[in-house]
Amino acid sequence: MLGKLKGLWPFVAFGVGCVLVHQLLRVTETEYCFTQLTMSLYYSMVVIGLCLLMGYAGQVSLGHGGFFAIGGFTSAILTTFDFSKLKGTSLAAFLKQIHMFVSREDLFGNQVMNVSPWAAFVAAMLVTFVIAALVGYPALRLRGHYLAMATLGFGLIVNKIVLGTSFTGAADGINGVPEWKLGLGLAVSGKSAARVQNYYLACGLVLLLLILLRNLVHSRVGRALQAIHDRETAANALGINTSAYKLKVFILSAMIAAMAGVFFTHYTAGIGPSEAGALKSIRYVALAAAGGMASLWGVTCVSTLLNYLSLRGIFGSYDNAVFGAILILIISLAPEGPFKAVREWILGRKKEECRMQKNKNRLAREVGV
Amino acid sequence: MDSGNLALQYLLSGVTKGSIYAVVAIGFNLIYSATGVLNFAQGEFVMLGGMVAVTLAHFAPLPVALTGAVIIVALIGCLLELLFFRNLRRQSVLHLIIITIGLSIVIQEAALHIWDEKVRSLPYFSGNEVSSVKLWGAAISPQVLWVLGTVACTVALLHFFLKYTLQGRAMRACSSQPEAAMLAGINIGNMRTLAFGLSAGLGALAGCVISPITMTHYEMGGPLAIKGFAAAILGGLGNPMAAVAGGLLVGLLEAFSVSRLPAAYNDVTAFLVLLLVLFVRPHGLFGRASAESVREH
Repeated sequence: MLGKLKGLWPFVAFGVGCVLVHQLLRVTETEYCFTQLTMSLYYSMVVIGLCLLMGYAGQVSLGHGGFFAIGGFTSAILTTFDFSKLKGTSLAAFLKQIHMFVSREDLFGNQVMNVSPWAAFVAAMLVTFVIAALVGYPALRLRGHYLAMATLGFGLIVNKIVLGTSFTGAADGINGVPEWKLGLGLAVSGKSAARVQNYYLACGLVLLLLILLRNLVHSRVGRALQAIHDRETAANALGINTSAYKLKVFILSAMIAAMAGVFFTHYTAGIGPSEAGALKSIRYVALAAAGGMASLWGVTCVSTLLNYLSLRGIFGSYDNAVFGAILILIISLAPEGPFKAVREWILGRKKEECRMQKNKNRLAREVGV
Repeated sequence: MDSGNLALQYLLSGVTKGSIYAVVAIGFNLIYSATGVLNFAQGEFVMLGGMVAVTLAHFAPLPVALTGAVIIVALIGCLLELLFFRNLRRQSVLHLIIITIGLSIVIQEAALHIWDEKVRSLPYFSGNEVSSVKLWGAAISPQVLWVLGTVACTVALLHFFLKYTLQGRAMRACSSQPEAAMLAGINIGNMRTLAFGLSAGLGALAGCVISPITMTHYEMGGPLAIKGFAAAILGGLGNPMAAVAGGLLVGLLEAFSVSRLPAAYNDVTAFLVLLLVLFVRPHGLFGRASAESVREH
């Protein structure tokens, strides 16, 4: 029993940490920080999903910004496109009855009829599932660096299509996305009155994701994934269906990214084409590497912190260069992640001290002191 | 302009762009053959070549500026290899590729801060923006002839270098059998540095010669690298000459896609080519299926 409780302490610590941050911001009256903090929590969700793919299944994806954008844009388009032309038809009446369509007043005071946010969310998940399956099936048969290029190409295709189509808002993106009432009095919205609520919502979502993924990692599936990461041929020989596992993990991480995209879009009431760009996708990879590719907690902490700093503008005009530099430094000096490298260094020092002490003792004995 | 002339115009535009992709693809191939790494910073070499040449052209005549730019960027390429790749051999190839991606971002941002976000260009080598040459009914800028001529000469010289000179043959030996090359007394490390310097220099030359037509700005490296990679893969990795064919094909496909799809999507065509080649025929048009396994299984 105690062992199980021991395993729970990181989650409890995370929860306590969230409350502490809230109190800190309240006391120092810097509650405007909540906005960027919530945004970086949503970005961290993408990185956590990517961590599952890169750290456990060992597949590189440089296109997760594309999935984030697919999720965000699908829900943005569906919840802002005016279906009023169908107003008189029975189809519209039926859809309204099952709460898929809602009538509301938009920013300019016009009466519009859009898809309800819940239905848009489900649609976004379905679209992402299909696209991830279509892209993943041929892509995951490729070797490491070709997979990286293929996913990069995919992300860029999404970016360029969204950028070039006026339907998706071209370079401006889509604005005026309505809030999403989740029921139970919760709503994902950008209103400053709901800031704290949305912060805890994001924290709760990240916590839920971590719990689910931790369970996944500590199960048969997780062990199979690690086997695939270590030596794929051997895993195949053991009877693990490597291509099925890789595809499933790819689709799962894509859907996590898309979910983060939907929540993000409703929170910031809009989305732009830069979310699908190569720079964002590479940033996610850099953060996954910097957090330690197989460490879910390391990734969460590092990603939230760095995204928050980046959103606050601490890096100034060097924003992208910082993430590029992080990527280079981490991969060249500590590819398993900095925490592991530091821990090994500390353990190495301890071993060194132990050995020196033993030598001293042995020498002392021989001299006869 | 009748459709025949229009097609010819597209053809020439495609060949022009394609020759630049061909040079980038050759650079990819050179480094891939020598080190097994896909150098994503290849596109940045092209950008740097143009930028450095524009800066040098302010206080030196054009030929000096061009030579200076090529030499400086070649040295930068050698420097990158020495700093990042010489001591990191124990890393897996995937890690090295991710490092090059990080490098391309850092170079891009450095270019943004050294120069600025303005679009620059070299002066036209002969004539100016409005001069045009009539070629079988299509009107093209003389700069296009410069581009095609330069790339053709470069490819020919490179072919000659790789096939008939000692250093070139040493580089080819290095790429096909590194251990045997080491036994033969070839310094693998220096060959790798040479490969990097050579592809950087070639990229810089391409960047200079295309600068009056497509302008040079700090962001041009990224899409160029991906399209160049698409061209390299289309021709088949490991074969620098096939890269030329790949580059021309990608350029032509992109140019003709403008005639069908809205212009904003012409980048998408090149990226789609990349995905299609990777999914359907990863060893490219001229590569052998068994040679270098692109697929896991």
